[in-house]
Amino acid sequence: MYTFDYQRPSSASAAASAFQGDTRYLAGGQSLVQAMKLRLSSSERLVDLGGVAELKGICMEGSNVVIGAMTTHAAVAASADVKKAVPALADLAGGIGDQMVRNMGTIGGSIANADPAACYPAGIVGLGATINTNQRTIAGDSFFTGLYETALKPGELIVSVSFPSVAKAAYIKYKQPASRFALVGVFVAQTSAGVRVAVTGAAGSVFRCKPIEDALAKSFTPEAAKAVKVSADGLNSDLHGSAAYRAAMISVMASRAVAAALAR
Amino acid sequence: MSVPITLTVNGKAVTANVDPRTLLVQLIREQLQLTGTHVGCDTAQCGACTVHLNGRAVKSCSMLAVQAQGAEVTTIEGLAKAGELHPMQAAFRECHGLQCGFCTPGMVMSAVNLLKDKPNASETEIREGLEGNICRCTGYHNIVKSIQLCQSGKVGNTGVAV
Amino acid sequence: MTDMSNSPIGKPLQRREDYRFLTGAGQYTDDVVLPGQTFGYFLRSPHAHARIKSIDTSKAAKAAGVVQIFTGADLAEAKVGGLPCGWLIHSKDGSPMKEPPHPVLAQGKVRHVGDQVALIVAETALQAKDAAELIEVDYEELPAVIEITTADKSASAVHDDVPNNVCYDWGHGNKDAVDAAFKQAAKVSTLEFVNNRLIPNAMEPRAANAQYTKHDDSYTLYVANQNPHVERLLMSAFVLGLPESKVRVIAPDVGGGFGSKIFLYAEETALVWASKRVNRPIKWTAERSESFLTDAHGRDHHTKVELAMDAKGNFLAMRVDTIANMGAYLSTFASSVPTILYATLLAGQYKTPAIYCNVKAVFTTTAPVDAYRGAGRPEATYVVERIVEQAARDMKMDPAALRRQNFITEFPYATPVGLTYDIGNYAAHLDKAIQLADVAGFPARKAASAAKGKLRGLGYSCYIEACGLAPSNIAGALGARAGLFEAGEVRVHPTGTVTVFTGSHSHGQGHETTFAQVVAAKLGIPVASVEIVHGDTGRVPFGMGTYGSRSLSVGGTAIVKAVDKIIAKGKKIAAHLLEATDTDIEFDNGEFKVKGTDKKVPFGSVALTAYVPHNYPLDKLEPGLNENAFYDPTNFTYPSGTYVCEVEVDPDTGKTRVERFTAVDDFGNIVNPMIVSGQVHGGLAQGLGQAMLEACVYDPESGQLLTGTYMDYTMPRADDLPNFTVDHTVTPCTHNPLGVKGCGEAGAIGSPPAFMNALTDALGVKDLAMPATAERVWRAAHKNA
Repeated sequence: MYTFDYQRPSSASAAASAFQGDTRYLAGGQSLVQAMKLRLSSSERLVDLGGVAELKGICMEGSNVVIGAMTTHAAVAASADVKKAVPALADLAGGIGDQMVRNMGTIGGSIANADPAACYPAGIVGLGATINTNQRTIAGDSFFTGLYETALKPGELIVSVSFPSVAKAAYIKYKQPASRFALVGVFVAQTSAGVRVAVTGAAGSVFRCKPIEDALAKSFTPEAAKAVKVSADGLNSDLHGSAAYRAAMISVMASRAVAAALAR
Repeated sequence: MSVPITLTVNGKAVTANVDPRTLLVQLIREQLQLTGTHVGCDTAQCGACTVHLNGRAVKSCSMLAVQAQGAEVTTIEGLAKAGELHPMQAAFRECHGLQCGFCTPGMVMSAVNLLKDKPNASETEIREGLEGNICRCTGYHNIVKSIQLCQSGKVGNTGVAV
Repeated sequence: MTDMSNSPIGKPLQRREDYRFLTGAGQYTDDVVLPGQTFGYFLRSPHAHARIKSIDTSKAAKAAGVVQIFTGADLAEAKVGGLPCGWLIHSKDGSPMKEPPHPVLAQGKVRHVGDQVALIVAETALQAKDAAELIEVDYEELPAVIEITTADKSASAVHDDVPNNVCYDWGHGNKDAVDAAFKQAAKVSTLEFVNNRLIPNAMEPRAANAQYTKHDDSYTLYVANQNPHVERLLMSAFVLGLPESKVRVIAPDVGGGFGSKIFLYAEETALVWASKRVNRPIKWTAERSESFLTDAHGRDHHTKVELAMDAKGNFLAMRVDTIANMGAYLSTFASSVPTILYATLLAGQYKTPAIYCNVKAVFTTTAPVDAYRGAGRPEATYVVERIVEQAARDMKMDPAALRRQNFITEFPYATPVGLTYDIGNYAAHLDKAIQLADVAGFPARKAASAAKGKLRGLGYSCYIEACGLAPSNIAGALGARAGLFEAGEVRVHPTGTVTVFTGSHSHGQGHETTFAQVVAAKLGIPVASVEIVHGDTGRVPFGMGTYGSRSLSVGGTAIVKAVDKIIAKGKKIAAHLLEATDTDIEFDNGEFKVKGTDKKVPFGSVALTAYVPHNYPLDKLEPGLNENAFYDPTNFTYPSGTYVCEVEVDPDTGKTRVERFTAVDDFGNIVNPMIVSGQVHGGLAQGLGQAMLEACVYDPESGQLLTGTYMDYTMPRADDLPNFTVDHTVTPCTHNPLGVKGCGEAGAIGSPPAFMNALTDALGVKDLAMPATAERVWRAAHKNA
């Protein structure tokens, strides 16, 4: 990788101050270190958040579960609070990557990276979560703006993510067999504000599938989801699945997610 | 730039000054000459580089050495104690869970973590738990058997000689 | 009689090599660091096909830490030769195959993405890589040649002196007899398919470390390789013009090969040559993405097959037409894989009287293609076992019954494609496999799957293969430029322990254990008293290496013959000690005994006496107890087996699970059943990987490798595979003393057609391309729905 200046602050405010010019935050490194090794990513400065204890941890705020940005996927999957408040999120976290990735990868790092096939974006949009940064709060629906693009401003630091308690929800993904990322991953939730269906892996960024949301609003059943013919327009097409295949899998995964949600 | 780090590796204190680009696996293999941890790919998928960081399995090719500041690292060389194999190592030998041996250190470190998190893992959970470790030789059949033998607590010989 | 119950033969002994692998004490090539170490990095072509107009290394040469930079021009000036091909194949018109130059570093042109252009030697690996980015190469891009079915009509010539890109156009068998038989056929079944290109991906990337020693003008090369003596011979005699005695090749622990580490590659050759010029050792280890681009790939055939039958389903004739990819350059074995190792297996287990095969081999702007686990036999078995299954469907006969009806039953059997099978019993493993796979219960399981909305299918593969390479005179007649014997030296130490130096190489096969079992059994000494040394031309007299499932049958036999010489000499020493005549001495269970008496002396005493020859027939016999043997086999060996695969398909997603896989193999006698089963498991995983998951894909326009990392090349993981049911039948090989046939490749040979037969059965379709990705299966399931 290319050379960089390295900083390891011990507080969030010190981290934000250390972000000067061409800088990147380092969270778990499961995406960033890889990109740097392949010389696909470089910056003059790297600010390592691994020593910022205040960014780790999970707690309840009312009926919301608040997950610190530097909390690992393994910790989310094992958290009693998450399993109680929104078990579908614990399942999602427990299925990210492999166990080694889950022991290092963090929610903040994952969503800041905004990989089009990552799982967390589907959870955030599927649950209507809120991203809390050191500057403001950003609604989950507005956070992911494009391929590896988010609404974050340069230097803006994610502090935590707040999720509402939702009982009837589930995330089912069909794994791309080589990378094991989501070829199509669908998060279905019956929230207090209605049904949400969030799809990752199928397009350049996570999106809500309105036709399936409408069908499920009428009848929250696996059959209703499966019957929806999702358009292949704008969906990804590659060696592992054409756009048409992905479109079909969206309905299939959605119906399986509905079945899993109903079984809770 | 040179960054000072202190950590513990296999129970021994280590201090080093590293180029921040140094990967943890490079520190382990090149500076500490612990060559049991292997590099098998460049997309962090094969798992041959798996070590334990503060008791949890991580891929040492996917982290900078500086991220291990203050941590306790255990490599494959640190698993056996005074010549007695760890039950997982002995189980792999008893069940022929290795052939060329290249994926083996990472596989064993990963398997130890798997059973720590899920001591009663079913065969399906074992196979899924090994998603991050690729083996080209064994077809995984005997790796699964090895982990199940370790799980049963009935491992036989943990000594050096067969 | 020898008490066989105590013999280590046939026992599943735990492996002696495991302790070092399990504790991180293995020594793989990248673990080796030499004093004064420098690091090599190869600058590689980003284009599939281009002329090199100029290379400017001036900026790079001034970069931090750079020791020296070499290009093809430097090697040409030093008159370094090209990498050789070891098998000369002749086309049907009698002309020899085209052998365009295979330069160590590109000269004038690059012919595949990844083709090596320059070697940068620097103080650190990072400095070498950074310097590479400063080298300026002016390329004139040329059109890529990727499709093998149209390569011979392409306007673009991969090699200027091979304008039609055809390496050879080869025929084998009796074309006239086949044509006549087809005219009489009551039924003809046909299939046309691709045997998909694979990337071996041993978990240890290729690596080398070359050191020149000035004081005796010699070289030492550490390299991840399967056959160090062959590597030394090819490199020193054919490329670098060095005396073999001045080159030592050490292949230490090697992390898997599967064929990809047989060949003489450019990288270690360049390193050896350059190590003298910089007068410091040079170390190189491939990055995985580099391995993807430059390790020899496997398979890549396009085949049409026709099978002619009479009205009762007896096979009359088979006609096969294949186009095979050689890649951009001929790799070491490449020309033999789709010819000698392929067409000669097209009889399969069957009595088909007339067979003809045509193979056209073409050059393309892709990585060289060469042997990969099975090397020609998986391709042949896929042809035979898919067409036979299709024939059963066309004839509306049970696929096992049709096979059984056509089995060869009398041995030895001379096939119409040039091999003589010495022994076999195909019905035995078919019966056992049917029983173990519970074929009788399949209809109920199929119904149960259907009730859950899933499709279920069952498929057979009755494979036979030819391994234990090879009788040298037959190989030579078929075009081999080398002998294929094996060598073994058995050194008994004064204390009665034994060191065996074998030309075979173990990179996962467990020879340190199994060869010790063989020697210990013959000498009646503990297995722990026998040490096996391999992989070092400085210690092992000679060898042709490990591939083609030859280690035990050929390497093991050489060792057995050396042990026989030890025992023969031991008898003479014992006769002297026991005051008897040589012919009165018998050797059994570790003791030399005078026949008919209880006068005996143990092996250990004879060993000590050989080295302390006080009571010794010095006038007739040299002291010492150290013998070697070279063994050239009289035939190939012919492992065979029956595989039964059962799959379940989820039509909603196209995901296919292997629910059961039953493998019953006849490997002849078995020395260590645990290790043999392990070889089968590994082979099955690679064969199922080919059928279900793995595809090496080049972009047809640009020639870029689209599956260049594990993110896109699908390696089998533990959750892709089931537990396997593995069992054996035994008809001992008739022509080696151990009665063994070899087991290393069978799993990869027999499994792809078993899987595809099961999958096409589940889907009710005639054919489906490998790998059977979820989308391919989903489309097939929906077409039928």
